Amino acid sequence: MEKGALIMMLSTMGIVAGFTFFFFYKMMTVKPKVDSDEDSYSENDTENK
Amino acid sequence: MSENKEQWGSRIGLVLAMAGNAVGLGNFLRFPVQAIQNGGGTFMIPYLVCFFAMGIPLLFVEWSMGRFGGKYGNHSTPFILDKMSKFKFWKYVGVFGIFTNLAVAAYYCYLESWTLSWVWNSIAGTFSGKSQAEVASYFGSYVGLENPIMPIAAWILCLLLNTWILSRGLSGGVEKIAKIGMPLLILFGIFLAIMAYNVKAGVNGAVNDASVGLNFLWKPANEVGDIFSAKVWMAAAGQIFFTLSVGMGSIQCYASYLKKRDDIALNAMTAGFTNEFVEVVLGSSIIIPIAVGYLGIDNVIEMTKTGGLGLGFKTLPYLFEQWGRVLAVICGVFWFGLLFFAGITSSLAMGTPVMGFLQDEFGWKRQPAAWFFGFLVFILGLPTVLFFNYGVFDEYDYWAGTFSLVLFALLEIILFAYFFGMKKGWEEITTGADIKVPIIFKYFIMIVTPALLLWVFINNLPNLWAQITNQAIYDEMAKATDLNQIWELRKKLWFVNGSRILLLTVWGAIAYLVYVAYRKRVKASLTNESK
Repeated sequence: MEKGALIMMLSTMGIVAGFTFFFFYKMMTVKPKVDSDEDSYSENDTENK
Repeated sequence: MSENKEQWGSRIGLVLAMAGNAVGLGNFLRFPVQAIQNGGGTFMIPYLVCFFAMGIPLLFVEWSMGRFGGKYGNHSTPFILDKMSKFKFWKYVGVFGIFTNLAVAAYYCYLESWTLSWVWNSIAGTFSGKSQAEVASYFGSYVGLENPIMPIAAWILCLLLNTWILSRGLSGGVEKIAKIGMPLLILFGIFLAIMAYNVKAGVNGAVNDASVGLNFLWKPANEVGDIFSAKVWMAAAGQIFFTLSVGMGSIQCYASYLKKRDDIALNAMTAGFTNEFVEVVLGSSIIIPIAVGYLGIDNVIEMTKTGGLGLGFKTLPYLFEQWGRVLAVICGVFWFGLLFFAGITSSLAMGTPVMGFLQDEFGWKRQPAAWFFGFLVFILGLPTVLFFNYGVFDEYDYWAGTFSLVLFALLEIILFAYFFGMKKGWEEITTGADIKVPIIFKYFIMIVTPALLLWVFINNLPNLWAQITNQAIYDEMAKATDLNQIWELRKKLWFVNGSRILLLTVWGAIAYLVYVAYRKRVKASLTNESK
């Protein structure tokens, strides 16, 4: 591959993949709201635990 | 107040469903073609700029509109928009958020059913031993309904599957499919990308290495000035717009099941970037390296002039066959399976606003609402199946899948920034946010995004006029010398105009239902006041 194409490909894919993994990681590790019954997700409800 | 008690099961389920809504066949078939036709690597800079300046702001706007509407028990755009301004006409703008989903689902489910048929064809060895021209002509005979059993059976199966999943509700149906479909889609994509990267000149009939295709796709265009070309920016803005499924009303509907204090900022970014990962990383790594590897650059440029469908359905199955029977089956199942999951996660998102409207405004239960949606899609989709060769499919795609989207997105961002007000709007975006939203997006929403959308809309006006006046068909007629061909074009004209009348009637019928629902609400509030 030409140098310019390779740089363009790796940098674009790197930026997009980097942001995707960062946001996914953050979403998975963020603490749930203090009162989990107040959020929208049925799996977090106290009665389901 | 709505009796609609739908709920998301988990945060990851919601994000995957939202990402699935955005990830569609276009990520794999439209994106690489757009990139190739607009300067390869040069296209990527405007593409990423448009993602940040238009895509992310629109995601924030639609997610926050949805959650705002949900607080008042509204789960479809007519009354979400109605609640955002004192001007009553906005609910009729919101009609687009139901109309688009219904009309796009009508032809999209047919497209989705092709992927199911091609999975079966890959397993059954339909393409085994066939030449490239024979594989391509199989596609023509399929959509021309020369043997109608398989196309119609696959389409009905697809409709039933969509309806059944929708009837299971958000957490029990849509979310479960997203949790299975999205990881599988990414897994299939990674496998196919590895296969594509391993294409080597001289092996199994390949004429180029995979790197030739990748080079072709990613090489910055020769002219430095290309990056300032309006055509390239227009294509990039259009691709960002269509890939994120904004301007449809489905994001608002999914987000309307969130509670006031739930995050939307991080969710929107995660879902948006997951779509970009699938498009940029996987979408660019499959079809082009393989096609250029076997057919050469010139042939691929010629083929992409008519879009990506031809490469995906007519060419790739033939190229997979060059890898031997076993790999041809595996790759065929993975490729069309990937497209199927990309399709179904999007079509399910199209069903929820229609169902939400029926449940909220007319007190329908979930199951009848789902089956009624399936029935409507069947009736509306029938002309696209039976008269595909007469341009009905393309007509639906233009009016519902292109024009309505841009118009609705333009109007909704004006509503959000200038009628609802940016102060309240920014508060909606940042309330409960698990990330700090950069303030620059506030100014993007107020100025840059509406300006970009207006530019996209204005640039599409010449196409709109050409479409309304059936210029392409009349041009073909002028060139035609054969009487049969002229007669066929006349029939095409009739079908194209007929489908427009049908779509207009559907829009009008939804607007009427919105009016009826509005009257019901007024009556109910007067009754409550008098008590």
